[in-house]
Amino acid sequence: MSHALTLSFEVTILVLAIFLGFELISRVPTLLHTPLMSGTNAIHGIVIVGAMLVVGLGHKDTLTTVVGLIAVVLASANVVGGFVVTDRMLEMFKKREPPSAERAAQDGAAADGDASKREAPPTQ
Amino acid sequence: MGQVATNFAYLATIVAFILALKFLSHPSTARRGNWIGAVGMVIAIAVTFAQKSVVSYWEIIVGMAVGGSFGAVAARRVKMTAMPQMVALFNGVGGGAAALIALAEFHNIAPAPGRLHGDISVSIILSALIGSISFAGSLVAFAKLQELIQGRPIVYPGQQIVNGLLLAAIVAAGIAIVAGSEKQWLIWALILGSLLFGVLFVLPIGGADMPVVISLLNAFTGIAAAATGFELENNVLIVSGMLVGASGTLLTILMGRAMNRSIANVLFGAFGQVAPSAAAAAAGTNGGAVRAATADDVAVMLAYAHKVVFVPGYGMAVAQAQHDVRQLAELLEARGVEVSYAIHPVAGRMPGHMNVLLAEANVPYPQLKEMDDANNEFPRTDVALVIGANDVTNPDARNNQGSPIYGMPILNVDEAQSVVVLKRSMSPGFAGIENPLFVNPKTVMLFGDAKDSIEQLIAGVKAQ
Repeated sequence: MSHALTLSFEVTILVLAIFLGFELISRVPTLLHTPLMSGTNAIHGIVIVGAMLVVGLGHKDTLTTVVGLIAVVLASANVVGGFVVTDRMLEMFKKREPPSAERAAQDGAAADGDASKREAPPTQ
Repeated sequence: MGQVATNFAYLATIVAFILALKFLSHPSTARRGNWIGAVGMVIAIAVTFAQKSVVSYWEIIVGMAVGGSFGAVAARRVKMTAMPQMVALFNGVGGGAAALIALAEFHNIAPAPGRLHGDISVSIILSALIGSISFAGSLVAFAKLQELIQGRPIVYPGQQIVNGLLLAAIVAAGIAIVAGSEKQWLIWALILGSLLFGVLFVLPIGGADMPVVISLLNAFTGIAAAATGFELENNVLIVSGMLVGASGTLLTILMGRAMNRSIANVLFGAFGQVAPSAAAAAAGTNGGAVRAATADDVAVMLAYAHKVVFVPGYGMAVAQAQHDVRQLAELLEARGVEVSYAIHPVAGRMPGHMNVLLAEANVPYPQLKEMDDANNEFPRTDVALVIGANDVTNPDARNNQGSPIYGMPILNVDEAQSVVVLKRSMSPGFAGIENPLFVNPKTVMLFGDAKDSIEQLIAGVKAQ
């Protein structure tokens, strides 16, 4: 495939990814903003693939080896730390059946995360 | 593994990441979402190992062992209150990795003049520039939140001019590279300049705005990762990086909107610039007097109230008081007091920070009120108990046009019949501005560590 053709496909998926990214998180309740930020933080740890491709080359000079190695170290910390921190945050949202189920259902209904439709507390 | 098989396997990773983001959007599926993301990442790593061009394994394995164990230990050991700076740190190292990949790629393919395609050189420059800014900026954000450096804005005359000139120089270096000058020192200069810019760009931003900055830098790292995808012609990097870039940008905008400020204002407003004069004026706190109360006084107020609203802030997080707060709430409920929690979207150091802490303490979701609901309730609230929250309750945001936070939506705790503020001292909040709520005649202050104070209140309420 010619370079220009490859580039055109790459730009296409880039633009689709932008729209998808906006669409996916437009419904997130405030409650989950921190874990979401942390989760996306883990996902951009995908740069580890780039670091592996650089350092995995057979013929490379010292500079590439050193720089690539540091990149793998940093990216691995991003991946592992990112997923573990997110999991620790979400551990706290463990099931408390009735409220969480209702809440999830409502969040689905209130598309723009608007809080006004939430019900009054069951107290009193 | 052939290129076609590799691409399909990478597609599995992309689908996993999309599902991860989708599941992360609901409390009931969020944890599963995170696991799906992790599985996607494992697939991507395994596939990359199997690529034909990857023949040298030891550097990868050593690097993963070192970085992975650091990440795992740091993430396991960190206290819940320090999560925001942990996110900043892990975000920064990701950006650093993207910049290093750009450096290595340029070094490898640039030597023969004219070998670099225009789009490849643009991608290399973007990932070097954005990745470096994200790395340095995140480390400054980390240092501010960890209180290694002061959280208040660091400003000096001509700061924006210096930053502007530096950015112009970086962009000029980038243009020189794209125009065909493939000199190695240019990329080094570009990276060093971008690192410096990252530091200078976050220093003048106050601690209260750090959540927005971390979110923005998170999006930056995603974009830098997508740019490395163009360098390496790798779909999984392009799509995953851009998913994070787009969702992170939206999240940043949503957070800015919650504070009724544009992102430009957050980044360049040098929040708190008027603080020194305001702080000086407030030494006498605008003529009003602060009333301090004892825990027993407050316990009586709470025990005989009909409706109490808890307003948690960073002080509760620092003191790890969330479990005690829930205990106090249950005690009051057992006495027939109606209890709820008013959650400001940017209370604490991250959006949703308070929700995370209260969820940890098993506070039922329906008791957590978001800002608009909570504000409807304050007029019929007997006691608003402010636990280490400051800027998000500051009435100056409504009344004082000269205040740097004027226009930010706040929790109108001063509409309650009475207000109790739990606070360590009279020092101003993270934004570095005074809070007239404290001298409101309705307000009493209960000084001390939030956890100690709540424990005393529990004892006091039990004694009633």
